[in-house]
Amino acid sequence: MKVGVCIKRVPGSDSRINVGDDAQGPDLADVGWEVNPYDSFALEEALQLQESGAASDVVVFTVCGPEGDAKIRDALAIGKRGKCGASKAVRLDDPAFAGSDAIGVARILAAAVKKEGIDMVIAGKQSIDGDSAQVPAMMAEILGWPSVCEVTDLEVDGSAIKAWRAAGSGKREVVALSLPCVITADKGLNTPRYPTLPGIMAAKRKPIEVVDAGALGLDTSTVGASAALVTVAKWSPPPARPQGRILEGDASAVVAELITLLRDEAKVL
Amino acid sequence: MASGILVVCEHEDGAPKKTAYELLSKARSLAAELGGDVSAVVIGSANAANLGEYGASVVYTADGSEFSSDGTGSWASALAAAIVEADPAVVLGAASVDIRSAFPRLAVRIGAGMASDCTDLFIQDGVLIARRPMYAGKAFADVSISSSVALYSVRPNSFPGAAPVGGSATVSPLSVSHSEAELASKIVGVEAPKSETIDLTEANLIVSGGRPVDSSENFDRLIRPLAEALGATVGASRAAVDAGYAPHNEQVGQTGKVVNPSLYIAAAISGAIQHLAGMRTSRVIVAINKNPEAPIFQHATYGIVGDIFEICPLLTEEAKRQGIGR
Ligand SMILES: Cc1cc2nc3c(=O)[nH]c(=O)nc-3n(C[C@H](O)[C@H](O)[C@H](O)COP(=O)(O)OP(=O)(O)OC[C@H]3O[C@@H](n4cnc5c(N)ncnc54)[C@H](O)[C@@H]3O)c2cc1C
Ligand SMILES: Nc1ncnc2c1ncn2[C@@H]1O[C@H](COP(=O)(O)O)[C@@H](O)[C@H]1O
Repeated sequence: MKVGVCIKRVPGSDSRINVGDDAQGPDLADVGWEVNPYDSFALEEALQLQESGAASDVVVFTVCGPEGDAKIRDALAIGKRGKCGASKAVRLDDPAFAGSDAIGVARILAAAVKKEGIDMVIAGKQSIDGDSAQVPAMMAEILGWPSVCEVTDLEVDGSAIKAWRAAGSGKREVVALSLPCVITADKGLNTPRYPTLPGIMAAKRKPIEVVDAGALGLDTSTVGASAALVTVAKWSPPPARPQGRILEGDASAVVAELITLLRDEAKVL
Repeated sequence: MASGILVVCEHEDGAPKKTAYELLSKARSLAAELGGDVSAVVIGSANAANLGEYGASVVYTADGSEFSSDGTGSWASALAAAIVEADPAVVLGAASVDIRSAFPRLAVRIGAGMASDCTDLFIQDGVLIARRPMYAGKAFADVSISSSVALYSVRPNSFPGAAPVGGSATVSPLSVSHSEAELASKIVGVEAPKSETIDLTEANLIVSGGRPVDSSENFDRLIRPLAEALGATVGASRAAVDAGYAPHNEQVGQTGKVVNPSLYIAAAISGAIQHLAGMRTSRVIVAINKNPEAPIFQHATYGIVGDIFEICPLLTEEAKRQGIGR
């Protein structure tokens, strides 16, 4: 089984995002970049499948420009000595991809996954910049594969797969499916490892293949800004919260005051 | 010509969820401006007819046996069938796990654009605009969709659910055909939770505990009783979850649940940016923290500078004494 992992480079979860008064997009000049945290769970799961013998090969995919290479190297650096993690990365990069919406990105990834002969795709449940949680299931639909989103436990037995996902009200559902398929990773699936020094050295020798629309055989009128159905018309900072009130005094008086305020002033109890 | 609004109404054991009423109310007011009817679609066995009282003129139902057990792909087929019948311009669903799984597949299948986890929907110059948080709520984007049908998932508790308006709906069963890919995945088991709780993402009242709670026993002693006294759902910070004090499904934040309650009580939670990502749209935030400089106070509606080991039991007592949560 050949596993593909989709990885996106995103502003770090602790970065400040400032939206200008001109309602233009956020200024990302000074943010630090990370591998999307959910993609780290996806990668770790793929590597564990490789280490258990369930996966023969792991390939990393990303839709990004050359600025993504540093984070791709980080991903390629994770893994056990001897069983050295992902074998290569495929960076999908073409001027025609710029401005793609989620369907566009899914078309690009689906074409690449097909070209590489991938049997199982593991992606993150959501990217923490766009927060759309759309690309992986869209990819599955384009490929005609089943998908299970937000998986917290995965069992692979040959081509038979079981995936656990959180349903409503604290329930967990067990979904049975077969290859090929798309899975999205939620927190709880595993604990991602960090790159090690030997891993970082090994990653330097791993190939990052740059693949464009032509090589994918992708019709460029189906991707990029001109094909996007969803556009951002305006940006704004989060709505300001009213000035808060610190309640002071003896603990039991403060507690009684809080309950009264919540009930009579805020009307939430 | 596509017109009107189709609302995906989810239910729990046959009874429509609160989100169904929230979305129907919003759909009614949007349809009044945009024109067209409000219709509903219900998947699985549920009391569909009474949705007419909340403004749906037609309720499409998909109630085959495959829907009792399978919620992954076949929802997309059922929704696609409903869209063929209703021919809506707008489809609304709650940002629930089933919608998050189905809407993207549906979007590709019918060539529709989709906006996820919207917190507001409004009309500007005759065009429907969705406002949605991005970058974990650090920025908001006003999004427009150009396809003839547009899909929106909406964060629970974003809109009030209105009282019934007293109409009646025609119930129209759908005939659904499934793709092979969808039939290749099937729900084969459901593991019930230890206790019956309202899902965090839909909860109206939440009490969350942080790392200083210090053990799962203390969660049981401090946080859960307070939540119970208020009729609230329990949440936790990632630090508390990773330390094993609370289960994963109770984590709030960037890598946990995104919640949108009327009241969020943060007990000994510092207010890290990744925690805020999950709860910053809460209407009222209460911070209980012994450090007056804790960042959570900058977001709090009400703050108590104090020790949770003292404050939480007092709050629980006071809530009981005042008969809250009953
Ligand atoms: C990629 C990424 C994703 C993350 N995702 C999440 C997420 O989803 N959710 C999340 O919560 N975090 C997340 N984090 C972690 C986040 O950065 C913080 O580390 C975490 O939220 C801290 O939890 P805490 O506030 O419970 O603990 P602490 O940071 O230890 O804060 C405890 C607070 O309690 C106060 N305190 C101490 N003792 C008492 C007492 N007895 N009574 C009252 N107050 C007291 C302290 O003053 C302090 O403010 C993420 C981090 C990263 C890097
Ligand atoms: N540009 C991209 N390159 C590679 N993978 C991506 C890209 N965008 C999204 N993904 C994958 O899809 C998941 C969900 O992303 P999204 O739908 O954007 O929230 C991410 O966690 C990634 O695994």
